[in-house]
Amino acid sequence: MSEPSLDTPFRERAGRALRDSFLQEALSIATTKFIDLRREAFAGFPGGDALRDRAREIKEATLQRLDHHLERLIDNVEARGGHVHYAATADEARRIVLDVARRAGARMAVKSKSMATEEIHLNEALAAAGVTPVETDLGEYIIQLAHERPSHIIAPAIHKTKGQVAELFTRELGREAEPDPEVLTRIARAELREKFLQADLGITGANFGVAETGTIVLVTNEGNGRMVTSLPRVHVAVMGVEKVIPSMTDLAVFLAILAKSATGQKLSVYTSLVDGPRRGGELEGPEEFHLVLLDNGRVGQLAGPLREALACLRCGACLNVCPVYRQIGGHAYGHTYPGPIGILLTAMLNGSESVRELAHASSLCGACADACPVRIDIPRMLIELRRDVSERRIAPWTERAVFGLLGWLLQRPPLYRAAARIGRVLQRPFVRGAVIRRVPLFLGEWTRTRDLPPIAARTFQERWADLEREGRR
Amino acid sequence: MVTCLGDVFYPEVGERIVRLLRHLGVAVACPAGQTCCGLPLFNSGYHAAAAAAARRTVALFGDAEQVVVPSGSCAWMVKHEYAGLLRVPRERAAAERLASRTLELSQFLVRRRGVRRFRSAVAGRLTYHDSCHLLRGLHESETPRALLRGLPGAEFVELPGCDECCGFGGSFAVRLPEVSSAILDKKLANVEATAAEAVVACDAGCLMQMRGGLSRRRSPVRALHLAEVLEPVDDPR
Repeated sequence: MSEPSLDTPFRERAGRALRDSFLQEALSIATTKFIDLRREAFAGFPGGDALRDRAREIKEATLQRLDHHLERLIDNVEARGGHVHYAATADEARRIVLDVARRAGARMAVKSKSMATEEIHLNEALAAAGVTPVETDLGEYIIQLAHERPSHIIAPAIHKTKGQVAELFTRELGREAEPDPEVLTRIARAELREKFLQADLGITGANFGVAETGTIVLVTNEGNGRMVTSLPRVHVAVMGVEKVIPSMTDLAVFLAILAKSATGQKLSVYTSLVDGPRRGGELEGPEEFHLVLLDNGRVGQLAGPLREALACLRCGACLNVCPVYRQIGGHAYGHTYPGPIGILLTAMLNGSESVRELAHASSLCGACADACPVRIDIPRMLIELRRDVSERRIAPWTERAVFGLLGWLLQRPPLYRAAARIGRVLQRPFVRGAVIRRVPLFLGEWTRTRDLPPIAARTFQERWADLEREGRR
Repeated sequence: MVTCLGDVFYPEVGERIVRLLRHLGVAVACPAGQTCCGLPLFNSGYHAAAAAAARRTVALFGDAEQVVVPSGSCAWMVKHEYAGLLRVPRERAAAERLASRTLELSQFLVRRRGVRRFRSAVAGRLTYHDSCHLLRGLHESETPRALLRGLPGAEFVELPGCDECCGFGGSFAVRLPEVSSAILDKKLANVEATAAEAVVACDAGCLMQMRGGLSRRRSPVRALHLAEVLEPVDDPR
């Protein structure tokens, strides 16, 4: 499915996703599998809950002194011969990476999966500057071939069925491919091996930056991350500033819960600790290492209402359990980060106006907060965003009028009861037997697919006098 | 507390609860002038109006020894959100007192009164849907199950995906009706797969959603409030 533009209202984008049978099949299989795997992983790990609490404490403590930990990280990366850049905005981050690419004379860049580089739309900028970006994570490779964007934080091609991937490979690579994951992976691997050897630049994100050692940590499953960080002459890592953690001991806490939350693995297949450029006597590693620290709205939330979202590990567990995400997938959200946490991150990056509709793309069921390895209270912040949108009058006036009237009525019981009586009269033409099948106005949205109960002939409070008498007998 | 949906749409559920509680020897009062706990306003971000609703409710129920709420979401609102909405220390203290005396119906029956035995008002197989606020807000999954499992004459079966949302979500159901209905379809398919006579829940919102969907698809399965299933017996403990 092509990705609908943001000019289309969210409700329509979601509607298109609901009608896409391939997407529905792919989402249902993948999210159910992720949910089961995560549940099993934590069921066999009794210390998991305590470690989740510990992980959250570490994040909180680190955010309290973010400047201190970042300075330490910078000092230690530089002491190991790396270069550190600070990017206040996405634009600055792009310019820094392009500058590194230009000075390296790079024509091709291989990339390990990274949401931070998606966030700053780096691939488009590289291509425009004459550097061909090549995604080397299998999922990212698939969606790059399809000219799409990731629809999940850790499973970028989750929206595609294996049949669709086989068709895509046949069409784009000119190779007859069967819809068999093993066959498809082998094809991608062969294609990518060449690119690793040709590329002058390797670009990654960072799952963690360890301040005490200046180590960048990459959590991957395909081994492509290692190739990206060791084969090309220059390695650039783009890392959100909130990804810094104080120590290696802390890293152990996060690694114990991250893969379990994301894919249900005890650990990911590869955990790469990148210690800067190759030093004298070492046989491997890049000649140059650059770390780009990305702010892009994060620091502004240190004391803001979305602060908790800075603890996010980008595991994607909240997407898998979200009833809305499971129905519509990631593209309908329309921004880099989909799902419940994505709504918060979008507001962080682009302001709360940008999530006027998305703030309501949740039933507030709380499954996300339950699944989150660091227990981010996502529903609470969604409500905060809704509050911001209503108080700053960004919400539509019709909505504000309806809720204004409701609030006013709730303070006036006689009028509230009168409204029920009036409703009883007005509903008469619509009642069919014991239900209402169709009504006009906003409740008509309800009755498209569901019957509505009519207002009772006598409300409970109207019956109360009789009930009270009955009780005295 | 009757709750707005209970008052206007499901008064027979409230009546059953009153009779049930009386049968257990509980003196039941229903303060006049109840409207709504303010949860719809709170969830949609209208917090000044939600605070006004909270203030009213706290005043209305100030004297009650125990407040029993037949909906998990309203109970959650009173217990978890009122104190935060009311900033004046005296009001906040009153809200905290109310919160500590408020219980959802199944919790009141099992945890406060130690009652477990009822007869089933419905013959046959029953299943249970965990409403989100009762399960994840109030961390309660046991009390409704304890009551349902103990029903002679009924067979209790677990619902696949029992902890997944039904798609109601208050105004969510009319803001994004297509998504809400798709979530509901999945829930109802799970309900129908159990071959139960009825799916039981402890929240008027979920019941409105599930009933609305079941009746639209002309399903013989019913969605019932817990109180509609429990029939008092002479020796309830």
